[in-house]
Amino acid sequence: MEKFQPFSGLVAPMDRANVDTDAIIPKQFLKSIKRSGFGQNLFDEWRYLDHGEPGMDAAQRQPNPEFVLNKLRYQGAQILLARANFGCGSSREHAPWSLQDYGFRVIIAPSFADIFFNNCFKIGILPIILSAEILDQLFEQVNAAEGYALTIDLQAQTVSTSNGDVFAFEVDSFRKHCLVNGLDEIGLTLEKAEKIKQFEQQRREQQPWLFT
Amino acid sequence: MQNLYDKLWNQHVVHTESDEPGSMALLYIDRHLVHEVTSPQAFESLKLAGRKPWRLSSILAVADHNVPTTDRSQGINDPISRLQVDTLDKNCDELGITEFKMHDLRQGIVHVIGPEQGATLPGMTVVCGDSHTSTHGAFGCLAFGIGTSEVEHVLATQCLLMKKAKAMQIIVDGELSPGITAKDIALAIIGEIGTAGGTGYAIEFTGSAIRALSMEGRMTLCNMAIEAGARAGMVAVDDTTIEYIKGRPFAPQGELWDRAVTYWRTLQSDSCADFDQTITLNAAQIKPQVTWGTSPEMVTTIDGKVPDPAEIADEVKRHDMQQALKYMGLHANTPIRDIAIDKVFIGSCTNSRIEDLRAAAQVIDGKHIAATVKLALVVPGSGLVKKQAEAEGLDKIFQAAGFEWREPGCSMCLAMNDDRLASGERCASTSNRNFEGRQGPGGRTHLVSPATAAAAAVAGHFVDVSEI
Repeated sequence: MEKFQPFSGLVAPMDRANVDTDAIIPKQFLKSIKRSGFGQNLFDEWRYLDHGEPGMDAAQRQPNPEFVLNKLRYQGAQILLARANFGCGSSREHAPWSLQDYGFRVIIAPSFADIFFNNCFKIGILPIILSAEILDQLFEQVNAAEGYALTIDLQAQTVSTSNGDVFAFEVDSFRKHCLVNGLDEIGLTLEKAEKIKQFEQQRREQQPWLFT
Repeated sequence: MQNLYDKLWNQHVVHTESDEPGSMALLYIDRHLVHEVTSPQAFESLKLAGRKPWRLSSILAVADHNVPTTDRSQGINDPISRLQVDTLDKNCDELGITEFKMHDLRQGIVHVIGPEQGATLPGMTVVCGDSHTSTHGAFGCLAFGIGTSEVEHVLATQCLLMKKAKAMQIIVDGELSPGITAKDIALAIIGEIGTAGGTGYAIEFTGSAIRALSMEGRMTLCNMAIEAGARAGMVAVDDTTIEYIKGRPFAPQGELWDRAVTYWRTLQSDSCADFDQTITLNAAQIKPQVTWGTSPEMVTTIDGKVPDPAEIADEVKRHDMQQALKYMGLHANTPIRDIAIDKVFIGSCTNSRIEDLRAAAQVIDGKHIAATVKLALVVPGSGLVKKQAEAEGLDKIFQAAGFEWREPGCSMCLAMNDDRLASGERCASTSNRNFEGRQGPGGRTHLVSPATAAAAAVAGHFVDVSEI
């Protein structure tokens, strides 16, 4: 995983609560056995006027001009502003994969669904929780100013606006450590292989029916 | 004093990153269920890293999302679906993982077959790359859905890195009215606390109405915990749990059975255990539930009306409601029973077990689906559920009533196979999500219990099952 370094990025707004994983990446695209290429189908049913199926050439599709991410001013956005309970629904990691493949590195919302939140960290997307009041401000600002950007500093745990506002956010110290250093969690866990084996052996003795 | 979640959690902690409360823990995983959609990338990465599964005997695999529910003798038509199922078969064959393949009688929805086989046992940690893994919590185990990176993590290490959630207790006391099911309890709870009400929590369902539920009812309830935002739902172990497990293929036997039962009986919250939040519902007040919108919290009772956004003060909520009504093609204040349906789906990991099929069959026995209903599907949760239903003659009852009797799988719950709604079609569905496009692009889903779905099939619109 790449190290998560401070950056400034263009912001796009997704002004809707309870955005679910079926909306983020519709089920027909989950048939892929690959990890990449989901970006062109991010928010597929909202983003295109025609129905999308795997293997279609995005250049031949009909974009929905009303959909926020299709607006010229948000092209190249790396930060998504969202509303409460973003990512609710299924456990599909295809949802964060599609956001990442599209170009998003950070999602800011007042709350996230648990599994989605967790999945983001595993692939190097940073989900940031800020209060609904701050989100209201940021939505207002992004709607008002074309080219609106925010600076994200995970090390300092801050989101900064260009006019000098700095908002602090909480992040679990271990998750931060993994993201900042681009660490492979499986590799880290396997460093504790002996401890896992001991635990397993003890469990085998106490509850042998689990190991048949 | 520990609650059930504390006990299950503490039993599985291998290591904690620090002594601070809420720090990351390494949790041991007893049972890993695998299906075709969320596993291929995990197997591929595992292989690329030169790693092997840590403990093969912990894994049980099945293809369920992509499989056709019609004649399977010719295999899967859609080449992309076929490749995904073939990939699971290949990975399982190569690594020596136990898998119920498409033509195996034991094949079915992963959350149906785990309990059916006794592969889900009390006290276990159970994970699967599927959010409805919460289902298995019905057995007094800690069960939750994971993403593909975590599937790989469990394959490689038998562990997961996790933070302990908060504990919520939902008490449902009293007696349910006739015809009210676990599905109605689940939807009533979600209507009460919202789809994010359980976010950050593990929920234990308790109270006399929960104790009175069968294991299948408890599975339906825990299945929907994720729709309330909770990654895990659970019910404490009692005689009902133990009776259900006894004699199942993967369950312990003989002396091991006795030892296991002794331990399982401890899987209860201590009498004065603390919870971070407690919610109480009166079972007697729960009526048949029907969702009207595009989120499971957008729900009302069968005798209710579509709500009016004009009465909602909160701007974001009002906007969401307007958007939902537009998508659903519904007008404010329409009585639920005036909503006509095009299709009926009885199935999914929520409601495809034998008791669900019996409940629906009882409603339609001797009747016929309305002329306006284009398609009514019954998709049993597994080959064994199907076989049992056929032995009881339920297939004949459904077919005589105009239902199609299909092969097991996830089917029209999420429409990854050929079973789906056309744009604008309205469905009475026993599944778990009414999100936009969930059952097919433009499709309109109303979540209900099997009995309410069957009643709607007969009437052609929603109706209280007692009126059929």
